[in-house]
Amino acid sequence: MGVALFLNIVTALLEIELVRMFLSVVAVFTFVAIGGAMFLVLMERKVSAWIQARIGPRHVGPGGVLQTIADTVKILQKEHIVSAQADRFMFSLAPIMVAVAALLSYVVLPWGPGVIVRDLNVGLLYFAAVSSVGVIGILIGGWASNNKYSLYGGLRSAAQMISYEIPLGLALLTVAVLTGTLSTAKIVEAQPYPLLYYPFILVNAFIFITAATAETNRVPFDLPEAESELVAGYFSEYTPMRFAVFQLGEYGALFANSALFVTMFLGGWRGPFDLPLIGAVGSGIIWFLLKSYAIVFFLMWVRWTYPRLRIDQLLNVSWKVLVPLGLVNLLVVSFFVVMGW
Amino acid sequence: MPLDWAYVAIFALVGAAMAALPLAIVWLIAPRSSYPQKRLAYESGVIPFGTAWTQVNVRYYLFSLVFLLFDVEVVFIYPWTVVLRSLGMPAFIAMAIFLVLLTIGLLYEWKKGALEWA
Repeated sequence: MGVALFLNIVTALLEIELVRMFLSVVAVFTFVAIGGAMFLVLMERKVSAWIQARIGPRHVGPGGVLQTIADTVKILQKEHIVSAQADRFMFSLAPIMVAVAALLSYVVLPWGPGVIVRDLNVGLLYFAAVSSVGVIGILIGGWASNNKYSLYGGLRSAAQMISYEIPLGLALLTVAVLTGTLSTAKIVEAQPYPLLYYPFILVNAFIFITAATAETNRVPFDLPEAESELVAGYFSEYTPMRFAVFQLGEYGALFANSALFVTMFLGGWRGPFDLPLIGAVGSGIIWFLLKSYAIVFFLMWVRWTYPRLRIDQLLNVSWKVLVPLGLVNLLVVSFFVVMGW
Repeated sequence: MPLDWAYVAIFALVGAAMAALPLAIVWLIAPRSSYPQKRLAYESGVIPFGTAWTQVNVRYYLFSLVFLLFDVEVVFIYPWTVVLRSLGMPAFIAMAIFLVLLTIGLLYEWKKGALEWA
């Protein structure tokens, strides 16, 4: 009797939209903090160690798996230092803006069949819009530090992110033309794409993954934080916890971009078979996470394999290769769609 | 529809609060000590002179102008993608003309050297 009453109360609460909102934001943020930032920092250290034939963190916990937790506890005890010349308010605002921008893009990620925070009918446009808010946070952080390294890091980041937003947008548009919808959940349902479109989808996936790497400021496009010339770029003035919040945003955006790649090109939560015991929804989520982490691993592999580009090369890749390629791809695909092929 | 944006608003608000939480914890529990040298800007150990808030290379502005042009273009195309199937060939031709014009603009910028860094 007591249990039944309790369950009734829980279902009644879940029906209230506000509770669902609150629970979903807490669940997503917990995932971004633990499965995103904390796990990805550890994964990055382990993957880089593996690629460079080192061992990586190994003392905290079995095989070093608790290293980031130990680091978090440590940086919680480090004071905030704001340099005397900095703009205090903007300086404190910047990391939060970057983290929120990354978090907002999780609203439209389809985790499994029916598992999505909110299926916005303008999903792709929304994703492109909120992920570009991060650049404002980075620019504010670089400017407010009143440090020459930071300012140049922020400016380079702005130049790079706005340049790569165009090919990213064109890649999203091509997918939207193919599926006739901007909703991420419906894009998953529209896959697999007809075989005829495969050459164009491959070009599209190439444009998207290149642009997404640049958008998340990762090697070979890591000029904004080039540690060997700009110390750390826009976050050289930031003390540990604020730096960690920047990292939260950065790794959050990395996972979100990988997850969007999976959603658009790799069938989202669809898997070759349903896993036993956990049902369709559970196995959908597992497949989605597996694919997303595989893309994250690919991006880490790229990061630890290629050297950094120069800024003119970087902008050339965007404006002279990816943008024309994206425009042509968009026109060809939409011609095919109009002809009904 | 308003519910969609209520979700976005809640995500922004609660997300900002949760991102600010560790910063507040640090503010509460971390030890503090301040002296002038600690609050200098970091310039690889040299005492910084002047401010960083000076004029910056004009090329950054050029690229942001080119970006504005193309970003507005991309925003125009979004609604077109959804209705393309139902509108058919006329819509495709209209957008193709628009895109070709913009491509000519891009080629012009390219030839004028607006896309060169050095």
